Amino acid sequence: MATRDNILKRIRAANGRSAEASFQEEQIAGRRLRSHDRGPLPRLDWEPAARFRERCLAMLSTVDEVERLADVPEAVARYLRGLDLPTSGVCWPELAGLDWVSAGLAFEGRPSRGDDMVGITGAFCGIAETGTLMLLSGEDWHATTSLLPETHVAVLPAARILRSMEDGWDLLRREHSRLPRQVNFVSGPSRTADIEMTLVMGAHGPFRVHVVLVNS
Amino acid sequence: MQVTSQQFKQAASRKLADHKLQTALMNARGRLVAARARSIQELDNFEEIRQAAADIRDHCLAYLDVYLEEWERNARAAGTIVHWAESHEEMNRLVLEIARRNQVRKVIKSKSMLGEESGLNEYLEEGGLEVRETDLGEYIIQQAGENPSHIIAPAVHKSKDEIADLFAEKHKRPRLTEIEALTHEAREILRPHFLDADMGITGANFLVAETGSTMIVTNEGNGRMTTTMPRVHVAVAGIEKCLPTLEDFSLLMRLLARSATGQSISNYLSFTTGPKRPADKDGPDEFHVIIVDIGRSRVLGSALREALRCIRCGACMNHCPVYQNIGGHAYGWVYPGPIGSVLTPAYVGIDKALDLPNAATLCNQCGVACPVKIPLPDLMRKLRERQVELRLRPGGERLGLKVWAWLATRPRLYALATRIAARLGRLAGGRERLIHWLPPGASQWTLGRDMPAPRGRTFRDIYAARRRA
Repeated sequence: MATRDNILKRIRAANGRSAEASFQEEQIAGRRLRSHDRGPLPRLDWEPAARFRERCLAMLSTVDEVERLADVPEAVARYLRGLDLPTSGVCWPELAGLDWVSAGLAFEGRPSRGDDMVGITGAFCGIAETGTLMLLSGEDWHATTSLLPETHVAVLPAARILRSMEDGWDLLRREHSRLPRQVNFVSGPSRTADIEMTLVMGAHGPFRVHVVLVNS
Repeated sequence: MQVTSQQFKQAASRKLADHKLQTALMNARGRLVAARARSIQELDNFEEIRQAAADIRDHCLAYLDVYLEEWERNARAAGTIVHWAESHEEMNRLVLEIARRNQVRKVIKSKSMLGEESGLNEYLEEGGLEVRETDLGEYIIQQAGENPSHIIAPAVHKSKDEIADLFAEKHKRPRLTEIEALTHEAREILRPHFLDADMGITGANFLVAETGSTMIVTNEGNGRMTTTMPRVHVAVAGIEKCLPTLEDFSLLMRLLARSATGQSISNYLSFTTGPKRPADKDGPDEFHVIIVDIGRSRVLGSALREALRCIRCGACMNHCPVYQNIGGHAYGWVYPGPIGSVLTPAYVGIDKALDLPNAATLCNQCGVACPVKIPLPDLMRKLRERQVELRLRPGGERLGLKVWAWLATRPRLYALATRIAARLGRLAGGRERLIHWLPPGASQWTLGRDMPAPRGRTFRDIYAARRRA
């Protein structure tokens, strides 16, 4: 702990402060930590659903829309067949109860092992400003499902499209007492431009991200 | 990483004559500048956000100890094992000890500039571990046995043909020619390593005090793999990375990707708060974070303090006419470009990088592009002044300035000297009124151009004449 204390001591000295943090300093920092003040935001005056769709496409995701959750398997089947992709894989357990079989699909509610070609997840919310999915990890929200398969399909209730990342944090604070092990913001498929600045999809994560919005 | 910044001049000359490098730089030049310019237009109040970002970073630095303690408390509460390190050696040793305690053999690594600073890969390899870089650019240069030449595009100096040769040799597969095929071959080669590595090492773009999280920004997804697949995860982070709240992060993120690559947002922003929770089915069993000082607190108390605002976007190098012409390697350490010209002397010693703060025209392209308003030209000027104070400038330069100062404080003598010089210059210019060669000391200037000759009258002469008229 000597190292830790030395470092903190040097920081205080560098800032011209006394050896121990004063009540006033802790007040200032404490207020800031609790207040969650937002800095200046850019103009966010668009209609969230339309903006979300537009930004998803800009980040090279694709978007579909269905009325009810029960319509998801048909929509996924259409998408996968349209691109000639495999029709089986893994999904989050909360989606395992959907009637995949009638749509000619086979999805198992378990974590991905690495050889699954398609992964279907839900999402905590969508962020319209950037066309982003906010995903939480958890007992039944496997982080690998949106990462290892070549195709990631995310099912998102349209009502959970928020304007900004700040709105996402507020919702998270309202619905969960603390952060899960991992929060991932996903904006489109994995990509790299490390060779001659040329953009290539599917660096290590999914080649494709497809969002299915559920209206009701 | 070894510091070779004292060979800057020779290295820069070599880089200017390196055709392959010049082709690669030509290809990159302007692209990132244009992409940034386009993407900041998406924010109607870019300058307001930029000022707020600078203010946030200043606030973090002013209360850094309080926020670090808050971060530590929250990280520990989530099950993170927190370590502190004063030196690169100490940090490297801590990582190796964690690996040994967990019987780790294979390590996958997501890009960390701090890891580059400390030579972490080599250290772990000497300790008997297999270490794989997984960011495509870092993977390429690790295979080639080189150092990164840019903080976000580490292999920007290499052409696709060089990479094709390298992959054919290292992967022992038929030589590919398309960039997409090369990228996907690296994916195929690295995927099994992600699945069976024992330990993942990442840096941290930020620490968030409010939640005790570490966070990383990637486009490839290798950061997500590294933080989720192996059974042990170690993150290394400098003390200056600490932010108070998630809102502060959200504001900075509007600037980070735009300034770096011109993206509105990077593909993956991953916040990690502790190891796998009891019911989780994925994630590491152990999560360690090593908080590192190594020069940061010294810089905090120095005239270069503002450099610690840096969020590592690379905009300053992308916009720098010097970087655009010589690339990153000539700078001789981890951080190239304008921020490197400040951080290298600040971290490794002012006497070990004398040329860097001087290799700038102070054109302020970097200062204008910096999303957190680091006054980079001012900081370079401060380093120049410090070099003079410490008598680190070469004898010839010191003598020359002394002579000039002696002359300049004697107005009559100065007027006479400039009058003679102007007349001589006119003679030297001849009928063309151009000087083809300047004397030693300034001879480099006329290597590639002529100097317009003075017309024979000094400024003082003309000024006096006009006053009379």
